[in-house]
Amino acid sequence: MNDEETMDLRLHVWRQKDSKSPGKMVTYRANGISPDMSFLEMLDVVNEELVTAGKPPIAFDHDCREGICGMCSLVINGVPHGPQQGTTACQLHMRHFRHGDEITIEPWRARAFPVIRDLVVDRRSLDRVLQAGGYVSVNTGSAPDANAIPVPQDNAEAAFDAAACIGCGACVAACPNASASLFVAAKAQQLSLLPQGQPEREKRAIHMVEAMDREGFGGCTNHYECEAVCPKGIPVRYIADLNRDFLRSALTSREVKPLPPAVDAEE
Amino acid sequence: MNRLIRLFGTSIGRKLVMAVTGVLLIGFLISHMLGNMTVFQGQESMNYYAAWLKKHPFLWVARAGLLTIFGLHVVTAISLAIENNAARPEGYRKKSAVAATLSSRYIVVSGLLVLAFLIYHLAHFTFGWVQPDLYHFVDEKARHDVYRMVVLGFQNPIVTGSYVAAMLLLGFHLHHGARSLVQTIGLNHESYNTLIRIGSNTLVAALVIGNCSIPLMILAGFVDPAAK
Amino acid sequence: MELDGKVPSGPIESLWDDHRFDMKLINPANKRKYRIIVVGSGLAGASAAATLGELGYNVDCFCFQDSPRRAHSVAAQGGINAAKNYQNDGDSVRRLFFDTVKGGDFRSREANVYRLAQISNKIIDQCAAQGVPFAREYGGLLDNRSFGGAQVSRTFYARGQTGQQLLLGAYGALNRQIAAGTVRMHSRVELLDLVLVDGHAKGIITRHLVSGRIARWAANAVVLATGGYGNIFYLSTNAMGCNVTATYRAYRKGAFFANPCFTQIHPTCIPVAGEHQSKLTLMSESLRNDGRIWVPKAVGDGRAAADIPEEERDYYLERKYPAFGNLSPRDISSRAAKEVCDEGRGVGKLGRGVYLDFADAIGRLGEDVIRQRYGNLFDMYEKITGENPYRVPMRIYPASHYTMGGLWVDYNLQSTIPGLHVIGEANFSDHGANRLGASALMQGLADGYFVIADTVAHYIASNPGDVPDTDAAEFREAEQDVRDRIQKLLDVDGSRSVDSFHRELGAIMWEYCGMSRNAEGLQKAIGMIGELRERFWREVSITGENEEFNVSLEKGGRVADFLEFGEVLCYDALNRDESCGAHFREEHQTPDGEAKRNDEAYAYVAAWEFKGVGQKPELHKEPLKFEHVQLATRSYK
Repeated sequence: MNDEETMDLRLHVWRQKDSKSPGKMVTYRANGISPDMSFLEMLDVVNEELVTAGKPPIAFDHDCREGICGMCSLVINGVPHGPQQGTTACQLHMRHFRHGDEITIEPWRARAFPVIRDLVVDRRSLDRVLQAGGYVSVNTGSAPDANAIPVPQDNAEAAFDAAACIGCGACVAACPNASASLFVAAKAQQLSLLPQGQPEREKRAIHMVEAMDREGFGGCTNHYECEAVCPKGIPVRYIADLNRDFLRSALTSREVKPLPPAVDAEE
Repeated sequence: MNRLIRLFGTSIGRKLVMAVTGVLLIGFLISHMLGNMTVFQGQESMNYYAAWLKKHPFLWVARAGLLTIFGLHVVTAISLAIENNAARPEGYRKKSAVAATLSSRYIVVSGLLVLAFLIYHLAHFTFGWVQPDLYHFVDEKARHDVYRMVVLGFQNPIVTGSYVAAMLLLGFHLHHGARSLVQTIGLNHESYNTLIRIGSNTLVAALVIGNCSIPLMILAGFVDPAAK
Repeated sequence: MELDGKVPSGPIESLWDDHRFDMKLINPANKRKYRIIVVGSGLAGASAAATLGELGYNVDCFCFQDSPRRAHSVAAQGGINAAKNYQNDGDSVRRLFFDTVKGGDFRSREANVYRLAQISNKIIDQCAAQGVPFAREYGGLLDNRSFGGAQVSRTFYARGQTGQQLLLGAYGALNRQIAAGTVRMHSRVELLDLVLVDGHAKGIITRHLVSGRIARWAANAVVLATGGYGNIFYLSTNAMGCNVTATYRAYRKGAFFANPCFTQIHPTCIPVAGEHQSKLTLMSESLRNDGRIWVPKAVGDGRAAADIPEEERDYYLERKYPAFGNLSPRDISSRAAKEVCDEGRGVGKLGRGVYLDFADAIGRLGEDVIRQRYGNLFDMYEKITGENPYRVPMRIYPASHYTMGGLWVDYNLQSTIPGLHVIGEANFSDHGANRLGASALMQGLADGYFVIADTVAHYIASNPGDVPDTDAAEFREAEQDVRDRIQKLLDVDGSRSVDSFHRELGAIMWEYCGMSRNAEGLQKAIGMIGELRERFWREVSITGENEEFNVSLEKGGRVADFLEFGEVLCYDALNRDESCGAHFREEHQTPDGEAKRNDEAYAYVAAWEFKGVGQKPELHKEPLKFEHVQLATRSYK
């Protein structure tokens, strides 16, 4: 890959000043792009030129740039995180593109993810869903010895598969219904698979699903787009598991209190 | 009851309504098709079956039940579709489907078209508005001559064509629906997913082929309108 | 001035327990009258905020990311140490303590490290109870591995994502408190200054990164958990947003900065591919278990790896350090790689890389075994470089990874500013001159879950009082300073991007204050940084205004602080005229390149006091005494 030539690209990028202003697609040229660059580094190059020319750079979310923080969130040519499966946008490299390509870059689109600026969206709705019950209630210091509760290795592995979710929201962006089902299912099932998660299992399933609805995400209609774009390969099987958990909890649980109101967003 | 209201207030609860009514409707489709297959046994068989159905003491209970199930299926689907649509007020300029099938992406459209067909179908054979001249036949035993109504009706290639098209559409609808409901009720495991896929596809194919065979066989002349 | 770490006296084994007994408590009903600010939401910050919330305090927690779950602790791969001795292989609190002090090359405070080792066990209990999916054995009990050359298997792990899983556990605990209303979470909010009232830390000034709103926050105490400053090198394994601003602003307000020159370089990162490079990706050190490190013997050998015959390869680690070979410690491997590249024998397009070759291991064990062990890492490598490491040797190069230095804190994790507590990577406390693998997660969580709640309570109980009014003069002045500074940045109106200055600063730091340092280079660097800073304030281009989501403004403020802090780092490196741990002074090495420590002169913590921008900071020393671990020279020969 070392001696490949650079490429020139045309980018069609969503620009929007803030959540209240209307946005539009703007075309930019990205010239002299090395195939060794990551997609975000390619955007860095474009931004460097913009800034040098005194123009506002394209805002996009990113942080760790190693595929684990879940911050990057670009829909590239109609696919969240772009064409390479199992890869976040920050780990997508330009060698997957060709000289002369046209690339469309848009933000995650969902009512629950309002655009903040350009390609940056507000994903706190995902935090609020978790605040409704995506945890084990254990106060610091009150835990028993870690080996007091054995966990079958298979369960631990399956819980890990769910826990691998990085909370990027690509599942929502890809879903024709902007549903967060895969995210919610992964978070709920991680704990349902472990003995530590059992005491709150019923409440968790009901409250998280209710919170997901309240945030304005759509419902799952089993398109499985989420699974296809998930950078961590979380399977839709967890959605089936959540459905089952939810149904059982809704019908047979003792009593689950109403979902408390969401905590107001703080500046 | 509170509990059920709470359940159906959620997206998953309503999906469960879709799945359960879907199962029941598929059950109805199977029995409806098997009943209609009596056309191949001849006039006596079909008219007997029709008369038996009509005189059945639970006919109205069954009809009311069916209507309720169907109504729930349609109303819930529409409410979910509206919500799902509202969940993305601003769409993408460019969007590529990676995994979604055509049948899943167009399930609402296919559902609405099937609904339109259903109204046509009721108007045709239940209310007799489409081919009124075929609706009033009476057989030797003074029963409604459903057999002749059906057989003569399907000798019209346009009618047959519309039914075949509708059945293909229904198959398209069920291609996603039948498989999807299994996921919704919480069954998804790699050890039987293939079985579910094959099973649901086979079922849907059987329904489409079975249902289409009636008008097609009639149009092809394999069913004699005069046969006893 | 000699600094006092305020370590209580008594037997080290019961020191923490005795001290906890001696510290003041706050009545449960009174806790809700107190407000605590926690800045940062990584392992340390999230666990602290959650724990303080559980106890009933009113907590305000801040993070610059869009969600607390994205803090860079999330990226830690390897694992977390604890002295559980589940493997019955001779581990104990004492051994973990011993290893950590020794690993830190005798530049950490014994009492802190002992407490860390003691608490380590409770961390694992806490995390397992939260549902962290640690690796398990078939019997369902927790699995351990040996990590970073430790003689015992004490590392708990969750595949290669231990950091993410532990952070999700702490984030869950935090979410629970947010829902309960005890913690108010402020995401996309950045600290821009600390507010002191009567010499005590009583608040902060923040900027909301979306609206640009500048706000004042008051509290009874402030806890900083804002991570390390590894991004001063521009290229590092840190996240793009990691910055020194919070700790640097506290330093400017009077908190001492301790041992900034202790910066850890990780030997196994994917090399720089070109000018555009924005960050470096770590490859787990475990790869060195089976990979062999080499470069061509000849300078400027341009042949492909496969074309270089065995006898023309230099397996330099195996040659120089036969006992440890490819598993030599991080700093030794890093320096050795730099050396061969400086000689012109580096590989890859830019000549800054060495081979990590799995051909022998694949030959010996088969590709399947290698795939099983390192499949994920190999995939990641291929994703980034486009090369298949099963066929061509990997290329690796050291990169800045972790910073042991940080704000100076006493045994209570309180800085030299009363009321300002500093936890996690942001403080200097436990790792001395070098951090052992799988110890960063341990320290972050120990501070956050188990130390800070007791010590902050003690501070508040000793300094009770109302939350100050944010309209007080101190707050208004601090806010005005922040506004002036932002305006100054916006007014420069130059034509160079912030990134270009950051890149230049990184190059200076890496060249003169990176893996190896010397007095001449450091002096030169100090001059260059000052000069670069002047150019920054003349030529930087920051577009837009404050009242909007303004990426260049955010970055501008951070880089401006790095441009001041870089000097502090160099002054410390210059002052520490010895080689120890990760700090290697070329003047102090044995003939075969081993580090030479100077315990006579430098067995102290160097804590620096701000004296003005461009001025040499003032040095304060906290002498280090070693009563439980005998001072010894390490040797990996």
